Amino acid sequence: MPTYTLNINNTSYDADVAEGTSLLWVLREHLGLTGTKYSCGIAQCGTCTIHVDDNPVRACILQVENLANGQKIRTIEGLSEKGDHPLQEAWIAAQAPQCGYCQPGQIMQAAALLDKNPTPTREEIKSHMNSILCRCGTYLRVIKAVELASETKSQAT
Amino acid sequence: MKTTPSYSVKNVSRRQFLKSSSGVALLIGASGLLPHLISCKDSKKVREQLKKHELTAWVQITEDGQITIYNPAAEMGQGSMTALPLVFAEEMDADWSKVNVEFSPQESDIYGSEGWVPGSKLMFTVGSRTTKSYYPVMRKAGAQARYVLLLSVANQWKVPIGELTTMDSYVIHENSDRKISYGDVVPYLTMPGTLPDFNATGLKNPKDFRLIGSNIPRTEIPEKVNGSAQFAIDIRLPDMVYGVLERGELNGAKPSLKNEAEILGMDGVLKVVPFNYAIGIIAITLEGALNAKKSLKIDWSDAQAKGFNSQEIYPTYIKIASDNKKGETVNEIGNVDRAMKTAAKTYEVDFKNDYVYHAQMEPLNAVMQVAEDLKSAEIWVGSQQGPDTKLGIPDLLGIPHEAVKVHLQYLGGGFGRRSMNDFVLECGTLAREMAPLPVKLVWTREDDVTYGAFRPLSLQRLKACIDAEGKLTGFNHCVVGDGGNLVASGARNDHYNIPNQLVEWREASHGIRLKHWRSVGHGPNKFAIESMLDEIAYDQNIDPVELRKTLMAKSPRALATLEKAAEMAEWKVPSPEGRAKGVAFVEHGSLGTGICEISVDHNTGNIKVHRFWIALDAGVVVQPDNVRAQMEGGVIMGISSVLKEQITLVDGKVQQSNYHDYNLLRIQEVPDSVETTIIPSAEHPEGVGETATPMVASAIANAFLKLTGKRLRHLPFSRERVLEALNS
Repeated sequence: MPTYTLNINNTSYDADVAEGTSLLWVLREHLGLTGTKYSCGIAQCGTCTIHVDDNPVRACILQVENLANGQKIRTIEGLSEKGDHPLQEAWIAAQAPQCGYCQPGQIMQAAALLDKNPTPTREEIKSHMNSILCRCGTYLRVIKAVELASETKSQAT
Repeated sequence: MKTTPSYSVKNVSRRQFLKSSSGVALLIGASGLLPHLISCKDSKKVREQLKKHELTAWVQITEDGQITIYNPAAEMGQGSMTALPLVFAEEMDADWSKVNVEFSPQESDIYGSEGWVPGSKLMFTVGSRTTKSYYPVMRKAGAQARYVLLLSVANQWKVPIGELTTMDSYVIHENSDRKISYGDVVPYLTMPGTLPDFNATGLKNPKDFRLIGSNIPRTEIPEKVNGSAQFAIDIRLPDMVYGVLERGELNGAKPSLKNEAEILGMDGVLKVVPFNYAIGIIAITLEGALNAKKSLKIDWSDAQAKGFNSQEIYPTYIKIASDNKKGETVNEIGNVDRAMKTAAKTYEVDFKNDYVYHAQMEPLNAVMQVAEDLKSAEIWVGSQQGPDTKLGIPDLLGIPHEAVKVHLQYLGGGFGRRSMNDFVLECGTLAREMAPLPVKLVWTREDDVTYGAFRPLSLQRLKACIDAEGKLTGFNHCVVGDGGNLVASGARNDHYNIPNQLVEWREASHGIRLKHWRSVGHGPNKFAIESMLDEIAYDQNIDPVELRKTLMAKSPRALATLEKAAEMAEWKVPSPEGRAKGVAFVEHGSLGTGICEISVDHNTGNIKVHRFWIALDAGVVVQPDNVRAQMEGGVIMGISSVLKEQITLVDGKVQQSNYHDYNLLRIQEVPDSVETTIIPSAEHPEGVGETATPMVASAIANAFLKLTGKRLRHLPFSRERVLEALNS
């Protein structure tokens, strides 16, 4: 069984898994980073969204051997130390989650947007967030939360 | 190999909580059990007492004033983790900032609330019953906790209990200008032999509520935004192994495995477990189990569903509806046949709906560990619970109820699917094979769709008649479909004053797995009823809101929602060019009127819902913002199902398998706003989780009729069906 060294949330992790194993199973079942969720396995729902080198990607369709070359992997656990990223605070202020299962993916997708575009329009938010499904129907509060975080961020700078 | 469950697992830690906190636990029992005091300084006694009274607690309080309140209901996004403890804290007069919430043990004798049978005790998070049924339970238990605190202070200070008041976790004696915090009462708590019942008197006057009716943030949201909220699928136990099942494409087909030796020879595969409808595989890793699942070679038997083509069944349903032989009567008022015969005009319209799938974001899964001697078991699961709070595991394993411990986890969506515990039994079967190793069973999304349990396909034949004055005198609603109440719920009209009504159900059966789906029969039946009313209004050239106002004359609460929604939506003000509004009324415990504004793309057939307004009467509202969230989510799930969602079967096999071919509404397709007005009320709280969803179909169809003069009578309103209607 090969060992893959992964750089996740600025920490080095070793994973002894078969070649071809989905990064999602490595994160969740082998390393215990369960904030990233499984829902479709075919990059249709965005629930497993993480960042690789600051880009939002779906962990379910990535194979572990392709992420073991020093790429910077960031999961919801690494978004902030105390759960106080402006998006996380905005998410609480908007009372966005219902069941909560898709929300780490929503937040990671939104974080990638605000990193590149701190003041997106509503249409830009919708377009960027369209890849993440929510069955509870929290979309209106997701939009509100991204707008709130965007305001906080732009006021802070 | 012997393993111990990890105590890092949340909600297992009540014993730990006590051990780690100095002070005293106040355990207030329900259902006639007496309260008991436990000194936490004597750890042996704690264990003894906990063993004796572990299942009697609603609340614990420590010397630092921290209060833990137990939530008896599943948390699937509807807010039970806040609403129920909030009601308790209101009567206890607790400082909410010091309250911590945990799931209660799954013991319905102690933690149940009244079910459909009067006097019954049920832990079952279904039918929007949680707040409604637990409201009196939590008020009484909270008032009893407060009483113990008052009594203890009265004894200590030697003052009459009637001179004491409470506020924000303080007991106050105004006459002597003294006050003491709840935490400081702990060292000299005294327990009465019996507790007052507080059924009729002694509860707070609702005008004094400080928590109920305020916008209190939900307790579990912070952990849902930092990734630490734990769902069953997140559980990891030492030496845990993984189970998956390959189920037949045809429901009920029996498997015959052709390559067992090959599968058992695969890397990491531990066991092959046959079921009568599936082949189970257990492996060291999840990826190993999934690889083996893909390699299975199985011959499947035939089953009842073979030959069933869902989209070709409607002519058969029409025949059944046209048959002279009546079905099972669901509701009957007056004499519909006579009304039809003497009517000035009659109407007859068929409405149809295809199968829909729950699509909860967390696929079904469970973790279970059976003891080596097979005499006890622990389950970690996201379940809507059930009549058996141990989810059928005692029967499966042949062990006593008390030997099964259920650790309820957050549900990554329920919508009715998790009130069926087929997946828990599967996990139990695998875990028994692997005892004492814990087994995590995971359904893939493909398993979840293709072996789904759907809201049934059905046909509603509605007949209505009016007299010479244009008054609606008869309403006949015939439901054809599989599943009894699954297709018949919501077909009654208790808030419309129509003198002659008949609701009947006519059975059809195809061997397809079926289950309650958010709002159950209300979805298709309200679609039919509310669309029918607009078809009559259109024909009679009456305003649809005015028609409903007349019908609601004897139901002032329903009427108030209609009038309020019309006001919010500026019903009488015409929509901008290319748009139109449609109205629908729904009763599902709470009463609500919804109005939407839509436009239609005549080239693509795409319907866009721009705005949605709801006026809701839910009695006393515990958490107003959460009720608004339920309306928003209910409307969006409604739009998703009405415009996009469809399960089809060909030769008995489900044709969809994942989100690429079972489409849900995405964020770019949401309305600009969903506005809710909550009508103030002092009536008993009613459920809100299923009131918005069934408004959507007819609100859209009615707006479509106003906009285009055409009718949409078959769910979902796919682009093809919309174009067909436009070109008709």
